[in-house]
Amino acid sequence: MSSTISKHAIKIENLTKRFGKITAVDDLSLEIGWGELFGLLGPNGAGKTTVINILSTLLEPSDGVASVADNDVIFSADEVRRIIGVCPQEPSFYEHLTGRENIELFGDLHEVPKDLLKDRIDIMLQKIGLEDDADRRAGQYSGGMIRRVSTVMALISSPRVALLDEPTVAMDPVSRRAVWDFIRELKNNGMAIVLTTHYMEEAEEICDRVGIIDQGKLIALGTPKDLMEQHDAKDLEEVFIRLTGKKLREAV
Amino acid sequence: MGLRRTRSLVMKNMKMFTRQPAVVFLLLLFPIIVTATFGLAFGGMGEGGLTNFDVGLLNLDTTAADPRWAESFEGNLTELEGITVLYFDANESGQSELLQGNLDAFIVVPEGFGDSCTSYWNSPFNGSTWTNTTVELYVDSGSMIASSAMPPLVQQVVLSTIFGNEATTLDLPVDIGSPAMVEASTFSQWEFMAPGIFAFASIFMIMIVAQSLTVERDGGLLKRLGTTPLKSHEFMLSQVISYMIIAVIQVLLVFATSFVIGYRPATDASGLVFAFGMLLAFSLVNVGFGLIAATISKSAEIATGVSFIFIMPQMFLGTFMPLGGGAETIARIMPSNYVTEALTTLFLRGAPVTTLSVWMDLALVSVIGVVVLLMGVLLFRRYGTR
Ligand SMILES: Nc1ncnc2c1ncn2[C@@H]1O[C@H](COP(=O)(O)OP(=O)(O)O)[C@@H](O)[C@H]1O
Ligand SMILES: [Mg+2]
Repeated sequence: MSSTISKHAIKIENLTKRFGKITAVDDLSLEIGWGELFGLLGPNGAGKTTVINILSTLLEPSDGVASVADNDVIFSADEVRRIIGVCPQEPSFYEHLTGRENIELFGDLHEVPKDLLKDRIDIMLQKIGLEDDADRRAGQYSGGMIRRVSTVMALISSPRVALLDEPTVAMDPVSRRAVWDFIRELKNNGMAIVLTTHYMEEAEEICDRVGIIDQGKLIALGTPKDLMEQHDAKDLEEVFIRLTGKKLREAV
Repeated sequence: MGLRRTRSLVMKNMKMFTRQPAVVFLLLLFPIIVTATFGLAFGGMGEGGLTNFDVGLLNLDTTAADPRWAESFEGNLTELEGITVLYFDANESGQSELLQGNLDAFIVVPEGFGDSCTSYWNSPFNGSTWTNTTVELYVDSGSMIASSAMPPLVQQVVLSTIFGNEATTLDLPVDIGSPAMVEASTFSQWEFMAPGIFAFASIFMIMIVAQSLTVERDGGLLKRLGTTPLKSHEFMLSQVISYMIIAVIQVLLVFATSFVIGYRPATDASGLVFAFGMLLAFSLVNVGFGLIAATISKSAEIATGVSFIFIMPQMFLGTFMPLGGGAETIARIMPSNYVTEALTTLFLRGAPVTTLSVWMDLALVSVIGVVVLLMGVLLFRRYGTR
């Protein structure tokens, strides 16, 4: 398949998405490579989720093109869906299924071989610190537990491209660490990971490269280190302030 | 290829159904309860219907020249099997007892009844010389059995009073065959209702389909499923399969329940198999309506209300509720009506399973089922997954 030799994991060219009068994504161009952990950074309403939804084949762009492993998200949507693993911003899950059953379902949907699936679930549950609660109904989980299950649901198929929309939002520091470690490890298998966040320190800590977007526009792109040097800032928060004149959190 | 995905979603649905008490109630317990309560409540009613009518009698013909006519009427009435005659001496007291349900019927023999009979025999062939009177019959309008059984009985009593007891056994060149309904008078009311109850019990599936789909949609799950290799036809197939499994269990439970409470439909194994197939075909209709209800429901909260748009007409115009003139016309477009009709033909009229009309009903329900289901699938796929 062409996808195995595709140069970029994700390629976005002049992507624009309008909702009526609102331009959620404004002429965005971006390339993300294999084995890269890319952070899409920006305040609430910046357009991060919209980008993820387009890459997940849920939304059609108003203008421009986007492709995953050389598969166009509109014309080869079925191929794209086989490659990606998506963790939506609102962690959707079945309340009446257990955590394990929720994960299993998504493994089945991706046709992960049965015996492999079972082992993989056990390993992933353990890594993310959920092995003790895996057989309780997900409806009884705390917000942080749900987010962790939701992340595993997205990654159970070992997708070649992972799209994680604010996977650690409102998570306690311990869970967040566990998720970070988990994500970092996956990256080492050559997986391309796009992670959106509005936590600058998260991006700084785990991302290889970040793209900062504000009002749908890409305003900075590079490694956290380069960006800080470039803008003579001590952290990404300061980079954002230099670029936009506003504080990231206050813009929330 | 997608078999595993479909299977996995069916399993998911089964877990969802069985783990939610409200859903278990509506899908499985409710049909059992409806069958059992209606069966027990109406099963005894009217059984051996002719054995226990309380009939009030007021004789106003006491001053007549020949009181024997009225006495003969009384005698003939009393002789009827299963009739207890209670005597009244005022219209008001009889009417009041009737209103309170203590009488099944109240008969008033008018003044001049004897004269009337005499005038007939004086010149039987010259109607213009007769003095006409009217025997008033009031029946308990609250009792279906009484209101259908009493008028012919009183007719019979009047005839034998005027013509003698032989009149009813006379050999006539014309034979009035007993209409089928005469036989039906030995059925209990439950037996009239049972076919409709069976149809009724599966209608509520509409609500569960609409509910669970809108919950999945509102929770963002349909979107999330949309990012996986799952095809929409695989998803739809999983829905249909899940509800057909439920339908099978539902029908078995309802049949078993009615068997336990003593219901023995006038049919054989082939009739039951036919009924089973009919109810499955009907479930297609209900899944389809459920999908349509889910499509037009903006949220899970209103899905219940919206599904009643599809439940109510089918329930009132096609199951066990009695239909008036206008309603009967509207009922012709209700799939449930054809289910009830076919089951009535088999279970109550005792028609063999080879009867053409029941197959016509089945064909109709199946076609409606497929059409409604397809409509539901297309509408839901197009507009329902947002
Ligand atoms: N379905 C939609 N209809 C209308 N406006 C939308 C829709 N989705 C997102 N938007 C708008 O687009 C902008 C970007 O939203 P979003 O991509 O969710 O931002 P982020 O994820 O960065 O917080 C916001 O102004 C939001 O209100
Ligand atoms: Mg967002």
